[in-house]
Amino acid sequence: MKKQSTPIDESQHLISIKGLKKSFGDLHILRGIDLELYKGENLVVLGRSGTGKSVLIKIISGLLKPDEGMVEVLGYEVDKISIKELQKLRLKIGFSFQSSALYDSMTVKENLEFPLVRNSAHLTKKEIEFAIEDVLEGVGLLQALNQMPSELSGGQRKRIGIARTLIMRPEIMLYDEPTAGLDPITCIEINNLINEVQEKYNTSSIIITHDLTCAKSTGDRVMMLLEGRFAQTGTFEEVFASEDERIQTFYKYNFTS
Amino acid sequence: MQKLKILFSSMKRSGKYVVSQKIDQIFINLFDVYKFILRFFKEVLFPPYEFKEVIKQCYEIGYKSLPLITLTGFITGLVFTKQSRPSLADFGATSWLPSLVSIAIIRALAPLVTALITAGKVGSQIGAELGSMNVTEQIDAMEVSGTNPFKFLVVTRMLATTFMIPLLAVYTCIVSLLGSYINVNQNEQTSYSSFVVSALQNISFLDLFSSIIKTTIFGFTIGAVGCYQGYNSSKGTEGVGKAANSAVVVSMFLIFIEEILVVQIVNAIR
Repeated sequence: MKKQSTPIDESQHLISIKGLKKSFGDLHILRGIDLELYKGENLVVLGRSGTGKSVLIKIISGLLKPDEGMVEVLGYEVDKISIKELQKLRLKIGFSFQSSALYDSMTVKENLEFPLVRNSAHLTKKEIEFAIEDVLEGVGLLQALNQMPSELSGGQRKRIGIARTLIMRPEIMLYDEPTAGLDPITCIEINNLINEVQEKYNTSSIIITHDLTCAKSTGDRVMMLLEGRFAQTGTFEEVFASEDERIQTFYKYNFTS
Repeated sequence: MQKLKILFSSMKRSGKYVVSQKIDQIFINLFDVYKFILRFFKEVLFPPYEFKEVIKQCYEIGYKSLPLITLTGFITGLVFTKQSRPSLADFGATSWLPSLVSIAIIRALAPLVTALITAGKVGSQIGAELGSMNVTEQIDAMEVSGTNPFKFLVVTRMLATTFMIPLLAVYTCIVSLLGSYINVNQNEQTSYSSFVVSALQNISFLDLFSSIIKTTIFGFTIGAVGCYQGYNSSKGTEGVGKAANSAVVVSMFLIFIEEILVVQIVNAIR
């Protein structure tokens, strides 16, 4: 279980979702989701591949539109605000992609500069350089400053991806499968980094994963997504104490595989 | 017999359904293209402007195409002159060669060769680049970081192709005429200045103007098709391949249609 470092304020919710539904053609992915993210918490959404976990955070960040339901982020309904308002809101949301999504034609420095230069025009060159070095130091990759993304390992790419989102000092972090495709030791390093980010930058996070080790070591609260709905919510231990056969099977196969 | 009739009618119905679905898809795609181009004109007018990226793309598209354009343009001029010589010699009209070659090059060959070469090189490059950015979620990453990816990726590339293809076509004209001059000089020992004078004496302002307009349209088409295919490519490596391939095929097809239309309009004006 994760060591509790920052207090969770349950009176303040940063994200509130009610009755969210999303389909792609005849495929009903999300069938009525309710979710609250409290200030200072790390919320893990667990589920098998293809259950709509990534769709959920893409809807939260406004990359996809919901079919039905209300999605409120920092007091704004993401599907009802203008594009300009959405762009401003997105600066308060950090999105760490499963594939890291680093711009492969740019160096690490240019990757980190990219959002800062476009959204903080008042910053001087020195301030930008300081912000880049600070955030790179935070993820332990200061030496990668002038490297190209193709020269980095999978774990390093994940770290740089997280650094790129942190440079805008977001209030909410969305992690899409942060440990997918990494070796066990790098997984532990990424899990620790997620906890360090929460502590250092005072963020609240939604972590999408199917990795139970990641869920256990990063989550203050775990929500189990099954067949388009949340089947169980609580701490890691509470969720897996459930007698629901589907949850037990998920637990068993995660460790035996 | 009855069973066969039912089977035949159901096949006919399903066939009709498939055809109507394909026709629907064509119109949906055309509407998407229309929206894409409309969005370009909306985005290009309003700030923030990505000047730095436009210049970078002009360098990538224009400067980096120079070796290929030089080689193709030079060979086109040289070969066209070489092939035309015997026919003109039959009528004792080899002195008309510079005029003939320059008219062919400026009116048709240079714009078309430049457009086709860049459609192959630049169109596929844009399609594959944007397609792979789409597949690896780089476009989504740009969007969630508060940057407008359409403005940064599409508008800049479309502007660069629209500006650079006419310039490349002018360069192709010069290189092709140089290739032609080498052949003429070998056979007739004509000086460069007299070759240029006789080459340009039958070229009107309309010829130059229509070529510039034509190549601007070709450039816009190459940029628009490449960006549309890449930006809307389906996920997966197959999608990237298809985007690159259709960027070339569709833009070449459209270039030929535009060539016919512009020639008709210019001939009507002439």
